Amino acid sequence: MSVRVQSEPFDPGKELSQFSRLVSGAGAIVTFTGVVRDEDGTLNHMMIEHYPAMTGPAIEAIEKEAIGRWNLSASLVIHRYGALSPGDQIMMVATASRHRAHAFAAAEFLMDYLKSRAPFWKKEFTADGAYWVTAKDEDEDALKRW
Amino acid sequence: MKKLMIDLVYFAWVRERIGISKETLETNAQTVAELIDELKAREERYALAFEDISALRVAVDQELSAFDASLDGVREVAFFPPMTGG
Repeated sequence: MSVRVQSEPFDPGKELSQFSRLVSGAGAIVTFTGVVRDEDGTLNHMMIEHYPAMTGPAIEAIEKEAIGRWNLSASLVIHRYGALSPGDQIMMVATASRHRAHAFAAAEFLMDYLKSRAPFWKKEFTADGAYWVTAKDEDEDALKRW
Repeated sequence: MKKLMIDLVYFAWVRERIGISKETLETNAQTVAELIDELKAREERYALAFEDISALRVAVDQELSAFDASLDGVREVAFFPPMTGG
């Protein structure tokens, strides 16, 4: 179980290699990488703000919940904050398990919870101005399936 | 009634509306809801930030909480809009 909250970019390929070495016994590794969309060319950049005293503990609690529900041999969450441009990686989730069903389900669970329970807020800067991204009802609804 | 010293932190548009990211407040409020009423009565910018409570979330000592949560023994209260991580 590992959590990294950072402003620096990361290399998903390197992260996957490193993660794979740590979990050599696992039969399945699932990764998800979130990338900043360019919103049809309208997005200039994005600022991600977070609550430093809460972010780590909140993500750890979500990971712990995932480990309790599925048979995971390891998990990794990386989430960036600060200024990001279209095409930049925002975050990454990796899960390792004996079988793929657990790794997939746990990765989706982590993603759903990170969306609306990890204290991050995105502000988009476009040619028309700057706007806070609003939480979607479907993001909240997505938690109900777990 | 015992007075509490509480650190308040604000994020995203709540921070922008209030105009500061944190402050320390001496308060008689016993719950988060009472704290919000006290803040709203202070100045227009607070009234504006707390205008629609349904658009806000609160964390008490870094844990998401309900608005009727007690402030007994609490050190930090954070106000922010629904989170948009991922």
